[in-house]
Amino acid sequence: MNRYLTVPCDEKAVEELHSGDYVYITGTIYTARDAAHKRMYEALAQGEKLPFDVKNNMIYYMGPSPAREGRPIGSAGPTTSSRMDKYAPSLLNMGLKGMIGKGKRSDAVKRAIVDNKAVYFAAVGGAGALLSKSIIKSEVIAYEDLGTEAIRRLEVRNFPVIVVIDAQGNNLYETAVEEYREGEIK
Amino acid sequence: MDGKMKVIHTEEIIKNIKEMCIEANHYLTDDMVSALNKATDTEKSPLGKQILCQLQDNLRIASEDMIPICQDTGMAVVFLEIGQDVHIEGGLLTEAVNEGVRQGYQEGYLRKSVVKDPIFRENTKDNTPAVIHYDIVEGDKIKLIVAPKGFGSENMSRVFMLKPADGIEGVKNAVLTAVRDAGPNACPPMVVGVGVGGTFEKCAILAKKALTRPIGEGAQIPYVREMEEELLRKINQSGIGPGGLGGSTTALAVNINTYPTHIAGLPVAVNICCHVNRHCVRMLE
Repeated sequence: MNRYLTVPCDEKAVEELHSGDYVYITGTIYTARDAAHKRMYEALAQGEKLPFDVKNNMIYYMGPSPAREGRPIGSAGPTTSSRMDKYAPSLLNMGLKGMIGKGKRSDAVKRAIVDNKAVYFAAVGGAGALLSKSIIKSEVIAYEDLGTEAIRRLEVRNFPVIVVIDAQGNNLYETAVEEYREGEIK
Repeated sequence: MDGKMKVIHTEEIIKNIKEMCIEANHYLTDDMVSALNKATDTEKSPLGKQILCQLQDNLRIASEDMIPICQDTGMAVVFLEIGQDVHIEGGLLTEAVNEGVRQGYQEGYLRKSVVKDPIFRENTKDNTPAVIHYDIVEGDKIKLIVAPKGFGSENMSRVFMLKPADGIEGVKNAVLTAVRDAGPNACPPMVVGVGVGGTFEKCAILAKKALTRPIGEGAQIPYVREMEEELLRKINQSGIGPGGLGGSTTALAVNINTYPTHIAGLPVAVNICCHVNRHCVRMLE
């Protein structure tokens, strides 16, 4: 079903989302991918603060292409989430409410999603031009030297995503594929 | 010098590579566009259909507004088929290709995704170097193929060193295994490039080149073409679907290239590409 979600949000809003829901997100989200996660992880290990408070926030696994003049951002689709699996559980334990990416997650991430009543969304991979149209504003807030991998604060309006893993642990990648499987692919 | 020698200047190579990097990242070839159209009509899952429609909107926005189709504008893979009667003037060919990539990624607002060292990972900031494959062929022309390759799908690609006794069933299983393991990570609907035969590195290059063959063209060798059709059917029965969110469109094509191999081996490479299967072809003459 179609839903509208304003972010940041608490666990009550997240618990209403179900695997398979088509969700339009409006509000503020943060980008971080491989290199930014590694730095945040190292910062935490040294007892330092993160560049933004993850509590009740969403991280979008994305590194955009450069913006043309007068535009907030370039192409801006999701990258493969599993490369962030090593880092995601500690962020979820700190109150991160959602992740937007594409592709499978590890068992440890799935458990952390359920334990912390969070959600994992997929944005459509390879639709970076379309998705950029829902991003109104983009600002680098940390790790600027990482270029495309810097942490950005994004203002989004009706940013389209699909709930893959919900707070109850339902996983669309498993259920939907089973529904349409016609043969034994070995 | 023989009178048949054709001179091609590196400036021309730089200019063409630059334009091709930009073109490939904003426009798909007609065969890819019509394969996506067809898939949108036949997809059984409503969500899958919705995702395929989004991909079509995405292509329209990319070309109209000059926004790269995908933010991962790839590592530039370049195939050069150089006629042996061509003489290149103006500097080193490899440097010309890299200069074209440098200019294309800079001027085209394309993402710079290349790191200088695989361990220390400092960005080269101009997307060079390209990965370049040279072939010497007959004639006095140069065929350029620029195929920017995204790494969501590249990471799901595999090489299998099968035994001769594994035969054709072994090859099919290798392809299906790679596709199944790739699942949603490779941004389906995918194009599956397969190389069979040669050596360890040859089969991988065959697979990469197979991705640039137009969809629907089919292999020349009848049994290979049959295998392509059978594998495409089976992959689309896997249920993976658009975006990996279930459906009847998991791949748009399976392209297989073969090559003679050693009595002791059966190398198979499966190079998976997402639906943004970019390539641009030009002939310099």
